Amino acid sequence: MFEKVADIIVRDLFHLGLQSSWGKTFHFFIYDTLKISFLLVFIILLMGVVNSYFPVERIRRFLNGRKLWGIENFLASTLGALTPFCSCSSIPLFIGFLKGGIPLGVTLSFLITSPLVNEVALAIFWGIFGTKVTVVYAVSGILLGTIVGRLLGFLNLDRYLQDWVQELVKQKIQDSAEDAKKTLKERLPEIWQEAMSVFKRVFPYVLLGLSIGAVIHGHVPAGYFEQYITRDNMFAVPVATLLAVPMYANATGIIPVVQSLVSKGIPLGTALAFMMGVVGLSLPEALLLKKVMKIKLIVIYFGTVACAIMLIGFLFNILF
Amino acid sequence: MKVQILGTGCKKCKEFYENAEVAIRELNVDCELEKIESIEEIVSMGVMVTPALAVDGKIQSTGKVLTVAQIKEVLER
Repeated sequence: MFEKVADIIVRDLFHLGLQSSWGKTFHFFIYDTLKISFLLVFIILLMGVVNSYFPVERIRRFLNGRKLWGIENFLASTLGALTPFCSCSSIPLFIGFLKGGIPLGVTLSFLITSPLVNEVALAIFWGIFGTKVTVVYAVSGILLGTIVGRLLGFLNLDRYLQDWVQELVKQKIQDSAEDAKKTLKERLPEIWQEAMSVFKRVFPYVLLGLSIGAVIHGHVPAGYFEQYITRDNMFAVPVATLLAVPMYANATGIIPVVQSLVSKGIPLGTALAFMMGVVGLSLPEALLLKKVMKIKLIVIYFGTVACAIMLIGFLFNILF
Repeated sequence: MKVQILGTGCKKCKEFYENAEVAIRELNVDCELEKIESIEEIVSMGVMVTPALAVDGKIQSTGKVLTVAQIKEVLER
């Protein structure tokens, strides 16, 4: 459907040949913008409904009662993927979980997956890479959070939390009141409003990413990057991951660029490692975390996540 | 009445604060509006997802930017 609309706009409105390089550029841009806008609204709404029924307080209560040989890490990681929240909430959430009696490792599982697998990234991923790659991405992101959180949980890292956090965690919490019972119909206006505000916030980044992607798509010859970055190059994945650390693009904007690079010869795993690095390992986030973690914990945390991302990169290069 | 906006200072919290300013002005009530940016304070009030709104120390909303109309509704309660 979107394909036809894009065909019509490019051919009949702009009178561009579908095979010309600007024709390709515009077609890619229009087609992807339509498709992704649709998927974005759809998935954000869906997650909004899930989130309305499972607010973080409830998730915390749920996780608190469960200690099941690592399954709690998996649950925390999955819930992290399902819960949208703004990156400035990560620290209050982090402390809130610890205060609720949830172990550090499980809290970290939640914290790692939350930015890595989020509803906006999934929608764009789905629109651009298709269902198979999206599922593999989501599953590997959730497993990454599960395993890294579990590993870190074994290391008794609580002593590397900042002192004031350690003090705070000891105090009892007063759990906030039960969430009001509302029907879906009563919830919908609020969910819709929130979805629209998320959409408006990310859309400019998506457009920017799509524009860059579209230009690469139409103007860079196929296989162009193969001469520089080959599948067998051992260093490509680690370098891509490290390059991503200082970047803090709104994760979403970068996906169309990544796809264009992949279609021009950069191996998917290398591109994904870069993307996960951008969302999962950001320098600004490290600075924020300094308020609650001592340097040693930040280094251990980031180091482990970085290694896991590289592993996923290698894995994707082997699988696809 | 004391109205507090809790948030570490990202764009959303600023928008929330501005909405609250408008709401208070339009309602023409005697209100003290305060912005809380310190993580320690936010956490000790029991908030996990910012931005949040507290009235007289009681949390009324978390995790979303309320519109002017919604803030008015909370304040009128």
